[in-house]
Amino acid sequence: MSIASPLAALGRPVLRALAAVGRVALFAGEAVSHLFRPPFYGREFLTALIQIGWLSLPVVGLTAIFTGGALALQIYAGGARFNAEAVVPQIVAIGMTRELGPVLGGLMVAARVASSIAAELGTMKVTEQIDALTTLSTNPMKYLAVPRILAATLAVPVLVAVGDSIGIAGGWLVAISRLDFNSAGYLKNTLDFLQFWDIGSGLVKGAVFGFLVALMGCYMGMTSGRGAQGVGAATKAAVVAASVLILASNYLLTEVFFSA
Amino acid sequence: MIELSGVHKAFGDNRVLRGVDLVIPKGQSMVVIGGSGTGKSVLLKSVLGLVRPDLGTITLDGVDVTKGDRDAFLARFGMLFQGGALFDSLRVWENVAFRLLRGHQKRPKTEARAIAVEKLRRVGLKPEVADLYPAELSGGMQKRVGLARAIAAEPEIIFFDEPTTGLDPIMSGVINELIREIVVEMGATAMTITHDMSSVRAIADRVAMLHQGVIQWTGPVSEMDATPDPYVQQFIHGRADGPIESVR
Repeated sequence: MSIASPLAALGRPVLRALAAVGRVALFAGEAVSHLFRPPFYGREFLTALIQIGWLSLPVVGLTAIFTGGALALQIYAGGARFNAEAVVPQIVAIGMTRELGPVLGGLMVAARVASSIAAELGTMKVTEQIDALTTLSTNPMKYLAVPRILAATLAVPVLVAVGDSIGIAGGWLVAISRLDFNSAGYLKNTLDFLQFWDIGSGLVKGAVFGFLVALMGCYMGMTSGRGAQGVGAATKAAVVAASVLILASNYLLTEVFFSA
Repeated sequence: MIELSGVHKAFGDNRVLRGVDLVIPKGQSMVVIGGSGTGKSVLLKSVLGLVRPDLGTITLDGVDVTKGDRDAFLARFGMLFQGGALFDSLRVWENVAFRLLRGHQKRPKTEARAIAVEKLRRVGLKPEVADLYPAELSGGMQKRVGLARAIAAEPEIIFFDEPTTGLDPIMSGVINELIREIVVEMGATAMTITHDMSSVRAIADRVAMLHQGVIQWTGPVSEMDATPDPYVQQFIHGRADGPIESVR
């Protein structure tokens, strides 16, 4: 065995990973460039908006209310160690708006939407529907990917805003029913403490996460392998890639927004 | 006229097309035959630009298909896909009128629907089918809808990818007859790929046999049975013995 063999074995997956990143970046660049060039498919955009935004509301709302409630209990219990139980409203508010609202909302949307987009487009690819679109003089990127990516980028911040509100309400509900907080006082503390950028940064994160979720769903679906196995693999890859990208970009955005 | 010259295409180590030369005269119906996995679909998709050849040229009326306005080029084509490739989320009439509802050939919705219903009637489907979804149709009906979509914008050139695959012999005969009638009626240039010999005899003016990545034989359908080419003879008679290996 030559000395180069282990290096080659190490280098091949790195090169493959870099090539994959390059392909996704080119796909994203092409999708973004099509956002500004006609034709625009309004009906497909509205359908995607309903599928991604409206129909994700229940899952995002349920996630937020339980998270807000659990957060209130944890902060109360943790704060009791140094007599800081009173900060529950403030920490629930900042925790939900800056981190948990966008991240958990994004992850739930990734599970629900990236999988659904990848499975739908993957099936369209293996049944030649994407080829059929091309022969019918319709650019699949413009018709399939752009409406979904645009809809997710716009819808997820709205979902995050709704999730933030429901999460804070969950914390409030637990605080007044289980932790003996005064309702009006809790709400006043929350409103007095929150700043615009606490909410705004979460909404920006939501837009980035929405873009990444739809991008990975569309990319994996449109490059799906053959048959049921190919579609299954594309669906799994879309959810995993979208989730990892959400967590990684969340860290980077937090560094950019809040590092001293 | 469609002319392919020295067309090569490989997928990794698999050299599918190894120098295909083929001429499809205007207004003629060319049927390409060959075993499974010999590259018939790749050949057809290369003409449409769905697959990019590694080498060689493909021209339509003397113009390289990779040059010029792609929309205008594709507007001249209609295609029936092997599995129909109907869009699940759209109703039957919206599938048929897809090209007429958007892009350069856009028409008012009512006019596009009327054309779709007329094309459905042309392929033997009732107007009630127009408002169904593809999943509600049988395989034969889906093929007919696919055929209606292929002819909806009255293209000059129509491609048929395995038009009778998965259909029973009677439905295959119906589809073959429809294809022949429509091609003659529209005066279209047609290219069909199939390994169904009943389709070949019903549809073809000319036949080309693709084997090992090259056109092994081509000629008028009337000469197909008499050709001494051993590959053609083995294929059309479905013999296990001959120059074509039965295990590929």
